[in-house]
Amino acid sequence: METKNKTDESIFYSNAFRSVAYQAVLFGLLTLLGWYLYSNVNENLARQGIATGWNFLTTSSGFDIGESVIRYDAGDTYGRALLVGFLNTLRVAVLGIVLATFLGVFMGVARVSSNWLLSTIASWYVEICRNVPVVLHVIFWGTVIHLLPAPKQAIIPFEGAFIMNRGVVMPFPVANDAYVWVGVALLVGIIGVVVLNKWAQRKRERTGEYIPTLWKGLGVLIAPPLLVWLAFGAPLVWDVPSLQGFNFKGGLQFSPELIALLVGITFYTGAFIAEIVRSGIQSVASGQIEAARALGLRPGFIMRYVTMPQALRVIVPPTTSQYLSLTKNSSLGVLIGYPDLVNIGNTTLNQTGQSVEAIAVMMMVYLSISIVISICMNIYNRVAAIKER
Amino acid sequence: MNDQATPEVVAGGSKRTAPPPIERIPVLRWVRENLVSTPFNAAVTAICLIGLIYFLPGFIEWALFDAVFVTSDHKVCRAAEGACWAVVGEKHRPMFFGVYPYEEHWRLIIAVLIYISAIVITMMPKFWSYRILVPAWIFTLVSTLTLMWGGFLGLAEVDTSQWGGLPLTMILFSGTLVIGFPLAILLALGRQSNMPAVKAVCVVFIESLRGVPLITILFVAVNVFPLFLPQGLEFDKLLRVVVGMAIFFACYEAEVIRGGLQAISKGQYEAAEALGLGYWHIMIRIILPQALRICLPGIVNHIIAAFKNTSFVLIIGLFDILTATTAVMQDPEWRRFTLEAYLCVGLVYFMFCYALSKYSQLVERWLSEGKRF
Repeated sequence: METKNKTDESIFYSNAFRSVAYQAVLFGLLTLLGWYLYSNVNENLARQGIATGWNFLTTSSGFDIGESVIRYDAGDTYGRALLVGFLNTLRVAVLGIVLATFLGVFMGVARVSSNWLLSTIASWYVEICRNVPVVLHVIFWGTVIHLLPAPKQAIIPFEGAFIMNRGVVMPFPVANDAYVWVGVALLVGIIGVVVLNKWAQRKRERTGEYIPTLWKGLGVLIAPPLLVWLAFGAPLVWDVPSLQGFNFKGGLQFSPELIALLVGITFYTGAFIAEIVRSGIQSVASGQIEAARALGLRPGFIMRYVTMPQALRVIVPPTTSQYLSLTKNSSLGVLIGYPDLVNIGNTTLNQTGQSVEAIAVMMMVYLSISIVISICMNIYNRVAAIKER
Repeated sequence: MNDQATPEVVAGGSKRTAPPPIERIPVLRWVRENLVSTPFNAAVTAICLIGLIYFLPGFIEWALFDAVFVTSDHKVCRAAEGACWAVVGEKHRPMFFGVYPYEEHWRLIIAVLIYISAIVITMMPKFWSYRILVPAWIFTLVSTLTLMWGGFLGLAEVDTSQWGGLPLTMILFSGTLVIGFPLAILLALGRQSNMPAVKAVCVVFIESLRGVPLITILFVAVNVFPLFLPQGLEFDKLLRVVVGMAIFFACYEAEVIRGGLQAISKGQYEAAEALGLGYWHIMIRIILPQALRICLPGIVNHIIAAFKNTSFVLIIGLFDILTATTAVMQDPEWRRFTLEAYLCVGLVYFMFCYALSKYSQLVERWLSEGKRF
């Protein structure tokens, strides 16, 4: 008995010692594993005669890319090709996030609508789009767009816009120097709205007087760019696409691959955002709204100051992860030939054989995008979080 | 309370006995309450109706009235205006079973049936114990895999490269869960650990894998992983892909489980420790059974996502149901009707995921009602 007690108190039975020992073993194993894998990779690459390192980024790629935001041709480097891919990923992700947000918020609000028809349509949309894989969404729309009529019989949703198997074209204003200043004025307008809201809030907190800022804010937002535009003589020339031969020239053009990818990921993510919005709205206790009404507050005021702040707290965090997953799902462009980062990275991988480096580039880029979006949303979250007073 | 004749005490102490007025025609009342309760509502209804009238008749005509349902001649379909559902009848074998030898398809049907029964059993709370579920799943995996592999009792041997279609989707799915779920639990426990090194490793692992698309992980599994192994050692491509998907799944599931772990009160840990239980005993016997129940809806949601994610193997060329369909539809005679084939595959995915999501809602209701299971 005596001896047993002694061993119980020995260092091997102390929690602190065990903890340090486990961690040291884990650390050692991980280092060994890392070293082992690294040496294997080097050996295998040397045996297969594959170069390592980042030199391929500065060598000529030799392949063409269907669409690009920046100038690019087959003589450019792999580095520039990957940059093109990155910009294409960003373009489809940004467009997708904007469209999916609109679609999702609309459908989410529609689902809690008291109108039976509207809420039924919305719930059909949500259930169908959510329960089908995003891969299928993308290749489905990739198939649909090729079944659309040829440019000559294109569908015309409104004057000047055409939907066909070569994508979508629509009129776009011709670039003009004045637009830069309109943009600056818009920025001024945005700052004006922020200042106006702060002023109204201060005044309300000091005097209790409620100043509705919706219409005033809209005025402050729109007036400066509008005035600047008028001051420049209201320059507006539409670049209207026209059929020349077998294709449309001019206007704003979207390739069929971009449209298919965009529609696919928008419909898929929109369904998830709709569910998030619905749960957010339903999470606000009905007593809150009834109490606000009993206080005699106006419906717009209730929406702005009672419902939305509480609903947004529930809505924003999961919506962020939906934005992230939309960005990651945009990599499905590889399926239908949209030249996004993964597509071009894959081509690079196949041509150079440098799979480790090519995949590392892809992963790093997506990780950075994820981190940036997370940081932005965390900042928003901190602003929107419950203020304990 | 439901009896309208029961007097109800209202403010002031007076008693109200009259039943509420009853609308003569219930349908009209329903329409008034649900479709045209306010002018705004009426306008919304009108817009919805206009939209439906614009799209629905054309769609129904395409999908039903002008459609061809049964034919083995693609020219009949080409002549028709509407959908060609006959393509599903014509191509369902390669769509659902891939390039697996035609006369052995009965083995796949049995495997899928065993598999679906295992899933149904797993979903019922009365079977929730390690003693039933673990053997049940070992039996399911061993029996389905040996059925598909063959090479005994006169069954022809079929190489994994010939596996395809729905059974492959099922294998990818169950492989992801069987490998991924224990890994998720380990990662979640690691992230909650008191040991800083363990915690750091788990956090970095989880967060970095959650930040990258599944495609890149599959690329690693297919292209990079063979480079990690010493010369001469090779793993089956299917296995590598399953492990990749399992790791991806585990990182998401670990975060859900962590939520469940955090919801368990500290008293549970302390009581278990006071009883003299060790760490793994506490976790397996006390904490995890409670934590997993709490976050079950979230777990099921990620399981649904894992099922849908199996379709990503289209990119790396494993013949799951979607890849098999895409490949079959390269047939120039039927190529024009790819859309119909995809809709059929979509229906398969939909049925499975919809059933699971309904199940998740059911579990959520059990939880909110405080049902013990």
